[in-house]
Amino acid sequence: MKRWLIAAIVLLLGRRPRAAALRRERMVPPGPPDRGAELAVLALLLAATVCGAAFPVVYAVDSIPNQTQFLGLSLGLCLAFLAAASILIAKRLVVTEELEEDYPPPEHPTEQEALGQLVDESGDRFTRRRLIVVGAGAAGTALGVALLTPAASLGPAFHMDPFFRTPWRRGRLLVDEDGHPLLADDVEEETFYTAFPQGADREQLGAPLVVVRLPPAQLDLPSGRRDWAPRGILAYSKICTHAGCAIALYRKPTFPPTEPRPALVCPCHYSTFDPARGGDVIFGPAGRPLPQLPLLVDGSGRLRAAGNFSGAVGPSWWGVRNRSPYA
Amino acid sequence: MIRGAVRLVDQRSGGAPFIRKALRYVFPDHWSFLLGEVALYSFVVLVLTGIYLTLFFEPSLAKVQYHGSYVGLQGAEMSEAYRSAIDLSFKVKAGLLIRQTHHWAADVFVAAIVLHVLRIFFTGAFRKPRDLTYYVGLSMLMMALLEGYLGYSMVDDLLSGMGLAIGYAVALSIPFVGANLAALIWGGPFPGTHAFESRMYVVHVFVLPILIGTLIALHLALVAARHHTQFGSLRATARKVVGMPMFPAYAPRSIGLGLAVASVLFLLGGLVQINPIWIWGPYHVASATNGAQPDWYLGWLIGALRLVPHFDVTIGNYTLVPNAFWGGAAFPLVVFSVLLLWPWSERRLTGDHGFHNLLDRPRDAPWRTALGAALFTWVFLIFFAGSGDRLFVMFGLSYSLQIWIVRVLVVVAPAVVLVVTKRVCDELRAGERVESERKAAEAEAALEARLVGGRTLVPGSGELRR
Repeated sequence: MKRWLIAAIVLLLGRRPRAAALRRERMVPPGPPDRGAELAVLALLLAATVCGAAFPVVYAVDSIPNQTQFLGLSLGLCLAFLAAASILIAKRLVVTEELEEDYPPPEHPTEQEALGQLVDESGDRFTRRRLIVVGAGAAGTALGVALLTPAASLGPAFHMDPFFRTPWRRGRLLVDEDGHPLLADDVEEETFYTAFPQGADREQLGAPLVVVRLPPAQLDLPSGRRDWAPRGILAYSKICTHAGCAIALYRKPTFPPTEPRPALVCPCHYSTFDPARGGDVIFGPAGRPLPQLPLLVDGSGRLRAAGNFSGAVGPSWWGVRNRSPYA
Repeated sequence: MIRGAVRLVDQRSGGAPFIRKALRYVFPDHWSFLLGEVALYSFVVLVLTGIYLTLFFEPSLAKVQYHGSYVGLQGAEMSEAYRSAIDLSFKVKAGLLIRQTHHWAADVFVAAIVLHVLRIFFTGAFRKPRDLTYYVGLSMLMMALLEGYLGYSMVDDLLSGMGLAIGYAVALSIPFVGANLAALIWGGPFPGTHAFESRMYVVHVFVLPILIGTLIALHLALVAARHHTQFGSLRATARKVVGMPMFPAYAPRSIGLGLAVASVLFLLGGLVQINPIWIWGPYHVASATNGAQPDWYLGWLIGALRLVPHFDVTIGNYTLVPNAFWGGAAFPLVVFSVLLLWPWSERRLTGDHGFHNLLDRPRDAPWRTALGAALFTWVFLIFFAGSGDRLFVMFGLSYSLQIWIVRVLVVVAPAVVLVVTKRVCDELRAGERVESERKAAEAEAALEARLVGGRTLVPGSGELRR
């Protein structure tokens, strides 16, 4: 046993006698050994081994808290020690030579000439070159178009109707997140509500509404919308006309010195709309007003749509203004 | 053993002469040269962590109810994509580490590319014969931006959805074809068909990684074919490249850098939380959160979208160019066009069609440096505008006031920076000229003094040069 141990230690720590110097020219310039650096590299490799081995241990032992942190730490440190070892090897244990080398020649005129000649001569037998080129161009274009055609199946690219369709039509009930009808009496001032069309898909831009209540005396709606806000209750599309985010902020109550009017604000780019004036843009990048939905209060005090939006819902596109949405 | 392995490889591939040459490839050394390598190693980490994530992520928008281990979302309705992303964070061991490392690596990847581009630009490394390398690099930057955007959009958390809504709006805003294009990409009006998730997924995990990987290979091949650029010195000239060989000196340095990059990324992934998707919640068209910030590399677009004053270009009642086009599409188009057209325009304007193996110090090309600094200032200010809401929360600076200040600054500041930078470059060069003239005069005076003193000069002793 003892002999085996000694043998192992000798094998591990013993250094090979240097090979007899070969009598040929060196490629890498010689340098003195650096035992301190070698020792440091060994220490770093040992540290890397310990950290690397810790990873599966942390992985396997469930009772260790904050597993993600310790996993990251063990793997990260293992890599860090290896990086340090590698850089130490570069700086202290291998010779850093400075070599010179010619930049490759800028060009090869003979080969260029030969290539040109090769192509020229290969095309010698064509007598109507330009026509062939035009023909190949036509065929290539046709093939390209043919290959691209299936891409048209990706979406209704030439069919804009879906962009104008909303689930709202006269008489449709406004419901809250849980599907309960929104009652006119429950809608208070100084807060805002999100409403959806009853029984319709909520995950479409035309569905969600933001509902607020203002004192009727404060309203200054565009002409033709006089009866769109029964009891001062207003409904607008919840989707910003700028970039399609949901209007999630209501600036009310306000800070009178700087922001005198209640406003609907989009948290993405802070487009700010005036609910009292038909959703006009007060600030921020939106280019057109927030579409308003006409409301009515039915016999049992529930809020219903009185028609469709005043304009197309969601972010704008080329020609968005010239048509009204429909159900 | 080494010789045996070498023989084995050479006999099968005939590659020994090539490998020998490659191992003695000369790398000029300068700290700023490692930025591209940081990007390369980040990409390696991205691919490895990304492959692991695909083993657990389910790219599906099918609705499920959450009943996992995270209490905050119990019973919430969400897509399979979002649920699987949460499960791979909480249920899959080491999943969160890998996911966060992947996210950090993406941020570092783009940052390294951007800094690398700046280095290339301001040292004139993009000039002939390396303009092609530069175009390939810029293409990779554009792809990296799209790749990152798709990566965090696929998860289908609230921020994903808000980002996609904005992307949709920008696509929609392109004049004449916007709505048709958006309909093709999303398969209909937002939020599109369920297949849209698969489209993002295949582009993110297959199309773009392969394109970027191929372009990396092309980029490196072009670099090697024309050799590295270097700063000039007595030995390093336009004809001779001077530096350390790939082996043994450079390889352990580069491997060390790669390991260090991976180390930092895994430490970040383990210790510094990034994109805690379980806090954002699932996306619904009707929800949004305040204070949402995208990954840093999209900040310039958010800033641009926020800065543009409210107007649509209309003819009568007909919308021609919706507002989101300016910030979301025109602005990055302008920036990338300037960068892409730069080598060509510089050749045209300066009449310099020559080969350049030596780098410029920024001061050596005052106009390029000044214009580049102005462009950078412009982009940075717009980037900065993207954090106005955070500044408002932290320091109470009125948001609208900030926007107006930045609106003015984006016009004024680049002009100021242009003039100042040009002046600084000129002054630095004038200073150097004065200094070198002074030295020459001193040397001459010393020489005269010695000659008067009656000493003879030994040719080649270096005294003349001193």
